[in-house]
Amino acid sequence: MAGYIVRRLLSAALVVVLTSMFVFALFFLGPANAARPLCDLNGRCNPEKLALLTEQLGLNDSVVNQYGIWAKGLVSDREIVFGPTFHCDAPCLGISYSTRGEVTTELFDRFPATISVAIGGGALYLVIGVVLGVVAAARRGTVVDRGLVAASLVIYSIPFYVVALVAWIFFSLEWGIFPDTTYHPISEGVGPWFWGLLLPWLVLGFTNSTTYARYTRGQMVETLGEDYIRTATAKGVRRSKVLFKHALRAAIVPVITLFGLDFAYLLTGTIFLEQIFQIDGIGRWAIEALRDPIDFPVVSATVLVGAIVIVVANLLVDIFYSFIDPRVRLA
Amino acid sequence: MSSPHVNEGFLSAGQQVFQPSAGEDPFLVVDELTVRFPTHDGLVQAVTDLSYSVERGKTLGIVGESGSGKSVSSMAVLGLHDPRSTRLSGSIRVGGREIVGADEDDLRRLRGKDVAMIFQDPLSALHPFYSIGDQIAEAYLLHNKVSKREAKARAVEMLDRVGIPQARNRVDDFPHQFSGGMRQRAMIAMALVNDPKLLIADEPTTALDVTVQAQILDLLQDLQREFNSAIIIITHDLGVIAEMADDVLVMYAGRAVETGPTKLLLTNPEMPYTWGLLSSVPDVTASTDARLIPIPGNPPSLLNPPSGCPFNPRCAHKDKVPGDLCTTTLPDLLPAQVGEDHRRRCHLPDPEVIYGTEVLPEIAPNLVEQHEQTREEETR
Ligand SMILES: Nc1ncnc2c1ncn2[C@@H]1O[C@H](COP(=O)(O)OP(=O)(O)O)[C@@H](O)[C@H]1O
Ligand code: SF4
Ligand SMILES: [Mg+2]
Repeated sequence: MAGYIVRRLLSAALVVVLTSMFVFALFFLGPANAARPLCDLNGRCNPEKLALLTEQLGLNDSVVNQYGIWAKGLVSDREIVFGPTFHCDAPCLGISYSTRGEVTTELFDRFPATISVAIGGGALYLVIGVVLGVVAAARRGTVVDRGLVAASLVIYSIPFYVVALVAWIFFSLEWGIFPDTTYHPISEGVGPWFWGLLLPWLVLGFTNSTTYARYTRGQMVETLGEDYIRTATAKGVRRSKVLFKHALRAAIVPVITLFGLDFAYLLTGTIFLEQIFQIDGIGRWAIEALRDPIDFPVVSATVLVGAIVIVVANLLVDIFYSFIDPRVRLA
Repeated sequence: MSSPHVNEGFLSAGQQVFQPSAGEDPFLVVDELTVRFPTHDGLVQAVTDLSYSVERGKTLGIVGESGSGKSVSSMAVLGLHDPRSTRLSGSIRVGGREIVGADEDDLRRLRGKDVAMIFQDPLSALHPFYSIGDQIAEAYLLHNKVSKREAKARAVEMLDRVGIPQARNRVDDFPHQFSGGMRQRAMIAMALVNDPKLLIADEPTTALDVTVQAQILDLLQDLQREFNSAIIIITHDLGVIAEMADDVLVMYAGRAVETGPTKLLLTNPEMPYTWGLLSSVPDVTASTDARLIPIPGNPPSLLNPPSGCPFNPRCAHKDKVPGDLCTTTLPDLLPAQVGEDHRRRCHLPDPEVIYGTEVLPEIAPNLVEQHEQTREEETR
């Protein structure tokens, strides 16, 4: 078990390193000169200024060197020069072109908001979806089941941002059911944090839970046909426990796999939500950074963080497997 | 295929003659049980007008080809059919209580307590994600007010009882860590954990190799002696029947076609389908100079069963029945020519003669003489 987790951790770490190389290559070795947007920022850019910035940013060095310097910044402080000299504490992800602040500091400021939206919304639709799926499977062929499947197909066909916008306009602006949809860090109290995030969570829950309900239903229908379910019933286990213990224990495995695979999709949804509900999270930051002139250090940091979150989510899914399925644990 | 304990001679005459024990009502009484499944293709007539009973301490063997309704009928005893997709009629009384139409709570109290069941494939019948010990302990916890620790201790005790070596160390193993035979022992331990009064074993040894099969059957017999349980053993293997069963019920197309005390029925079968089953047993032929003859044709469709005798499309003897009775009229389950409590569903006027002169010489010529003798002794 411990060996399995260590192996998975190592491979996850490798994926993160490779991703960081990829991100680095994408933004610093791309077709555009990474010094160009910085040059455009203050005053007119002329060839001399561009050449100076290119030199100061080390963009004339070899690729390997550049990556080495960047990677070293993750563990030790760095001095970054473009115009003035900036001190950048480890782990250093660079200095923002637009704010001239340390990217890492701002990243840590914004991360809790994003992760609150994503985890809360994800947990909500997972739980609602799974419960609805179990109920539909248990009442297969009835009105409840058919209604659920039909509703899920309808909801699935509505674009996510439409739901988010409509929810914001009506529930927040028009009817004032959720008057305060601004994000409050949890340090200001659990109450404000919770109520501020509830509407975005509900939007995520509403749009995604039906997909999970349908998927769970399919898995449950299959599992309920297994011999060991009949064994449980023949032992005298009550129906609810047959469903939620014996059957769900097996049926949930592929559902959690889907959840892990869907995590990137969840983050995309979070970017929309941050925009619409004006939550100062990573997603909103990334979108601002992508505006012209592009803020390369911020964009690269947000992509890297997104990648790490997805890798960690999949790692957690794998560890979850090993807890739930003894055959994985021993493999 | 069949038990090595009975590789010869179960067709020969036995000394024991079935004696119905006086007084006590049978623990299980099934009366005119009919089970139908409405499907897209039509109504599946899985079990029709089936009646039988089993007393405590006795074993009933139910035999028939696959699809003959053995599992469906025995699952009904535990109320395991989903009422929304099943039409069930008749009566099933367990210890005097009616099962047909009983509510879910009553059924739950009965399941695993008074009536327990073991299934054909122990690997698929055990939950892959729970340890063997947890699964046995759960069965105990459901029907006894004990702590989890006591239930676990009981699981160890049961595993030990069914012959799992080092039960204490194996109790936390998962099903995939057990061998096939050990899994079936674990299933038996789980079924017996509450000392059930009736044990239904649905092809308990079909998935196992011959040696293990014999051990499992021995185990069931030991446990039956110990707990005085009634046992229903379902099989398509007459060897298992010969070794285990006091009485036999032969099923075909969802109906009883021949019933009676085991020795009598196996030595003096009076229904051509039973003859077919006997002819296709490899053990009989292995010990004699006879041939292995499979029953020609396929089991009938249960959506649209043949009119008359359900066996008529495959029956080699229907020309001996006057007129077209076989194809037009369903024979009743009537007292047989030979033996008490022996019944058969067939229009043949003299099946015992046909068996002795036409069938037996083909499948076991060395037994013809014996058959002749018992026939005379037993004929009323
Ligand atoms: N739930 C069901 N719905 C429809 N048909 C069924 C169902 N369960 C069993 N059957 C059919 O009933 C017949 C008898 O099955 P079964 O009792 O399992 O046979 P066996 O004698 O091999 O145990 C088979 O033809 C089977 O296909
Ligand atoms: S009733 Fe007719 S068809 Fe059926 S088993 Fe007897 S002889 Fe054969
Ligand atoms: Mg069966």
